[in-house]
Amino acid sequence: MAESHEVDSVTGTATTGHVWDGISELNTPLPRWWLWLFYITIIWAVGYWLVYPAWPLVSSYSRGAFGWQSREAIEIDLADLRAQRGPMVQKLAAASLQEIVADPQLLTFARAQGRPVFAENCGPCHGSGAAVTKGYPNLNDDDWLWGGKLDDIAQTIRHGIRANDGDTRQSLMPAFGRDAMIKRDEVEAVADFVRSLAGLPVDAHADLARGKKVFADNCASCHGDTGKGNRELGAPNLTDGIWLYGADRATIVDVIWNGRGGIMPAWSQRLDDTTIKALAVYVHTLGGGEK
Amino acid sequence: MTPSTIVRPPARDPPKGAGTEPELFEIAKSAEMVRLHPELDEEPEDDTPLYMARRKIYPQRVHGTYRKIKWLVLFVTLGIYYCLPFVRWDRGPDAPSQAVLIDFPGRRFYFFFVEIWPQEIYYLTGLLIIAAMVLFLMNAVAGRVWCGYLCPQTVWTDLFQTIERWIEGDRREHFLRDRSGWSVERAARAGAKHFVWLMIAWWTGGAWVLYFSDAPTLVRDLATLHAPFVAYLWIGILTLTTYTFAGHMREQVCLYMCPWPRIQAALIDEYALNVTYRYDRGEPRGSIKKSAVLRAKGLPSGDCIECLQCVYVCPTGVDIRQGPNLGCIQCGLCIDACDAVMAKIGRPARLIAYDTDINIQHRQRGENPVYKIVRPRTALYATIITIVGGAMLYVLATRHSEAISVIHDRNPIFVRLSDGAVRNGYTIRIINKRLESREFILSVAGVAGALVDFADLPPREDGRLVIEVGPDQTREVRVLVTDYALTPPASAPIAFYLYDMVTGERAYANDNFRGPEGG
Repeated sequence: MAESHEVDSVTGTATTGHVWDGISELNTPLPRWWLWLFYITIIWAVGYWLVYPAWPLVSSYSRGAFGWQSREAIEIDLADLRAQRGPMVQKLAAASLQEIVADPQLLTFARAQGRPVFAENCGPCHGSGAAVTKGYPNLNDDDWLWGGKLDDIAQTIRHGIRANDGDTRQSLMPAFGRDAMIKRDEVEAVADFVRSLAGLPVDAHADLARGKKVFADNCASCHGDTGKGNRELGAPNLTDGIWLYGADRATIVDVIWNGRGGIMPAWSQRLDDTTIKALAVYVHTLGGGEK
Repeated sequence: MTPSTIVRPPARDPPKGAGTEPELFEIAKSAEMVRLHPELDEEPEDDTPLYMARRKIYPQRVHGTYRKIKWLVLFVTLGIYYCLPFVRWDRGPDAPSQAVLIDFPGRRFYFFFVEIWPQEIYYLTGLLIIAAMVLFLMNAVAGRVWCGYLCPQTVWTDLFQTIERWIEGDRREHFLRDRSGWSVERAARAGAKHFVWLMIAWWTGGAWVLYFSDAPTLVRDLATLHAPFVAYLWIGILTLTTYTFAGHMREQVCLYMCPWPRIQAALIDEYALNVTYRYDRGEPRGSIKKSAVLRAKGLPSGDCIECLQCVYVCPTGVDIRQGPNLGCIQCGLCIDACDAVMAKIGRPARLIAYDTDINIQHRQRGENPVYKIVRPRTALYATIITIVGGAMLYVLATRHSEAISVIHDRNPIFVRLSDGAVRNGYTIRIINKRLESREFILSVAGVAGALVDFADLPPREDGRLVIEVGPDQTREVRVLVTDYALTPPASAPIAFYLYDMVTGERAYANDNFRGPEGG
């Protein structure tokens, strides 16, 4: 600076000329090593450009001296993780579903493995908490279409329902009305009868006797004489409080008229068997699993 | 006295008194005294430079009371640091047997009979509060005693300077050797010094990593090159920082890098003891002969004979006679140096002493000095230390060795079962801080007649909900509570009780049971 400022008498250091409340600011020189550190940081930054991918080029980017890529770094991390989990995964692969549940350590591991797999693959339909999506079964409750034991759940996950798989669970709720198997008033009567089976209120003028007859002729073969359902055929229990599509009369009429045939994919085509076991254990321990 | 808060580089103006006695200063300069002391070299001041080269300091060896205290502190602190990882403490078969261990993989901190879990990190908060308050209290009582005696930067620098004096000679010898041009001997001495420095720095880094793993095992692994890379990395980092900071940066760390000098300058008050040059006794300063002449004439004459010993021994290159100084770490070595001189010239000791400017003014007025250790601020600091320390001890002494925490399922909040019952799911985490496996009985209160069951544990034959938690472990278990009442309440408080089957110790956690009408 051309202008010379007052020199502080105590320290012998020049001041910057800035004064606040009578206190002037010393213009203390920086230590020279600080300046060297500053240069070193610049050199360090240049080093970064050379070592790591840094500069966008016309159709590519500078790759860095060692070809480091974040994607490969993740691959290495994942390989480490797999190696770390290896012994437990092998135990999981060797154990039966019953053995997994009996071993607390294996059970915890299976649940931990199953949770993200469920969120990734099952959540889109069943919901992230496996509950409350119309048309997709709530997996927390005690009502199972095809069975809630460990092996039942694993079978359903592996081969799916009405899926493109030789061992898939197969059944059909016919479109009784649309396909003219029964008449409109018969559909309405049987709908009233089904509601009465579950203890739901029905209209005073409903012809329950006729509904009962239609039910016996058409529905009982799958749903059972008392409407308790049949897990061999995936026919839901019509007497309990859980309704996949809804319990109001219009919905029931619609189901009988148009039929239903929800599809679940066969996950063995996508997930390995160990993962499916972990998933089955996870679903089983959500709360509804049957012993 | 107003404490000086300004950043002050090593003095560049001649010492006080030189102005009144210019010929003395000239004599001193011609006798190489001042050239031996480069801090006092004059420099043009008209054009302030942006950067300043460091002036190398050659602190002179000194003997005396404060030097002895510093040796003692150095041996005790470094002794603790280097040896503590090897101290054993038997905790049984399920826990490490190292007295002080920070176990990151196991997420535990062991300190003799205390074991801290990550959830108890608030102890660290308490320790930090106590540490800050102790620092403030030290500062209020006797200035920067932390800096002068206890700071790792000071302790290691002291050690490195001692080694430097052993190998390259004391102040004068080392100074002249540095200016004598390179020779085989000089190179050999410098090489030996840096080798010893690096060995100490290496062992400093080595001791550091031992706090994070079983020390004897890690030493063996390190020696056989089987230790994890991160151990070698940290040893390397700490070797480098110790060698750089204690060997090369030294007082630069205190002057430019450390925030504490600035904070303490703002915290200090007029009653805090500081290393103080008693100018009431020392001035006017002058040579022994001149003083004798002045005294013979009955004229005022000070005890300071301008021998500059106080400056020569200073590890940060400060002239204490200029008053309170940012560079002064209050180690008291100048007191020892001055006392030695005073003894030789037959004057009373403690021309430089831990004292206050207030006392100097008292003495100048013929009054008695005042030492006020108990002041509002020292009382406040001591009270805070007592309260926080007491609270920590209380919490530590009464803490439970078991705990339970509950997380209510968020999705779904409740589940309707086929018979209309309402079920809530909870994830319960049980903590067992004992170093033995324990069995707990879980019970639930709040929802009358509710069925409680583990979702992922096999049922016990006796129907009780028993959970075994391993030694020093936590266990998570899902609990299902099902209410079969036909009209469940909207939401009801629910409590989970844990009961140790052997010791009868209890823990509980509160939550809510949510139903369809629940908000």
